[in-house]
Amino acid sequence: MTGVQAALERVTRVAGVRGALIASAGDGLVVAEQLMDGVDGRAAAALAGSLVGRLVRTAAAAGRQTPQFVQLRAERGSILAAPGAADLVLVAVVGPDANVGLARLEMLDAASRLV
Amino acid sequence: MSDDIRTLTARVAEEPTSLAFLELAEALRRRGQLDAAGKVARGGLIRYPGLADAHDLMARILSDQADFAGAFDAWADALRLDPMRTGALKGIAFLYFRAGDAAAAIEHLQRAAEVDPDDISIAQALARVRRDSRAMQSAPELVEEEMPAPAPVPAAVEQPTAQAERPAAQPQPVTAGSHPAMDEAGAAFAAIDGGRSVVLVDANGLLLAGSLTTPDGAENGDRVAAELAGVSREASRAGRLLGLGQWHSITLECPDSHFVLVQPTTDTILLAAREPSLPIARVVLVAERAAREARTWLERVQ
Repeated sequence: MTGVQAALERVTRVAGVRGALIASAGDGLVVAEQLMDGVDGRAAAALAGSLVGRLVRTAAAAGRQTPQFVQLRAERGSILAAPGAADLVLVAVVGPDANVGLARLEMLDAASRLV
Repeated sequence: MSDDIRTLTARVAEEPTSLAFLELAEALRRRGQLDAAGKVARGGLIRYPGLADAHDLMARILSDQADFAGAFDAWADALRLDPMRTGALKGIAFLYFRAGDAAAAIEHLQRAAEVDPDDISIAQALARVRRDSRAMQSAPELVEEEMPAPAPVPAAVEQPTAQAERPAAQPQPVTAGSHPAMDEAGAAFAAIDGGRSVVLVDANGLLLAGSLTTPDGAENGDRVAAELAGVSREASRAGRLLGLGQWHSITLECPDSHFVLVQPTTDTILLAAREPSLPIARVVLVAERAAREARTWLERVQ
């Protein structure tokens, strides 16, 4: 198992996580993924990549540093994103009852190892 | 009865010794159910006579009931327990201003500004009171019509002295609608924790209210507002296409700041920023509270 796959494995083991992937933030392409049925990896990568890009620009406009962790909370779950090095972003799609706190810790750790 | 109040009432019933009465009484106050709010607050004060929050809340309720002498006493009690409580300082400033004592109002606002120099609502209120005070001195007949009728202020209440630790941030009693001197766009968020670094933006990325400064002090609200219009669209698209439904909030954890985005209405987006030492979950609460204030403000100005 590669380091990338191991990182995805750790994130998806967290209760309530429906899938995780690593995408290129610039073009929204999937680098690696581990998703449950029904989760569209390409859409998640493209949408999360685009949203994270916007949020990075918002933080920059406010004179702040790049976000380390982002959560979009919606009616039926959340999108979690942890930007890493080399323009990569680790993305997870989670259900409404997910342990977001644990997923966040796993994602921050995994994203810090992305090269 | 709204769901919020029903839920809070149930919490207070289940945990009568908890501090949930503060939230319930505040929710009732905001709905204009002042008698019920006063009853809940008094019940809490019996259990927690040393809790400055409860006195502060009682003062806001009494002020809304136009019992200004009672409000003054309650804010003075809050200040005795917590001398650096900016909400109480602002509340007393408001009462002095109502009574036509601009100098005392300014003195209290200055003390509030010393306690919390980042609270823009204090600076705005101070500027407005000074401006109105100068105008009244030069042309009292022109200003008099805009000023509220003076209200009696109990002379027996002593000035509290500032000597305690800075309190946790809390609701401010002087809201945008409370008084003409405080009634300006920036005061839309007067009741928000600390009152700083909150912007309300319309669907086209234009700043409606609030302020956001960079770490070096430059005002950047307009630039941030322009980016936020795109964020709202992206978030809505992501929620819809991934089957997650309507988005509620977006949190950003930056090394030097925590941001939370919420939608007060379908046509607006609100950003609250705080230092990273404040846990992100608490910034969410700040943003949600700001969104409630924003909705109230929008209803009033639209």
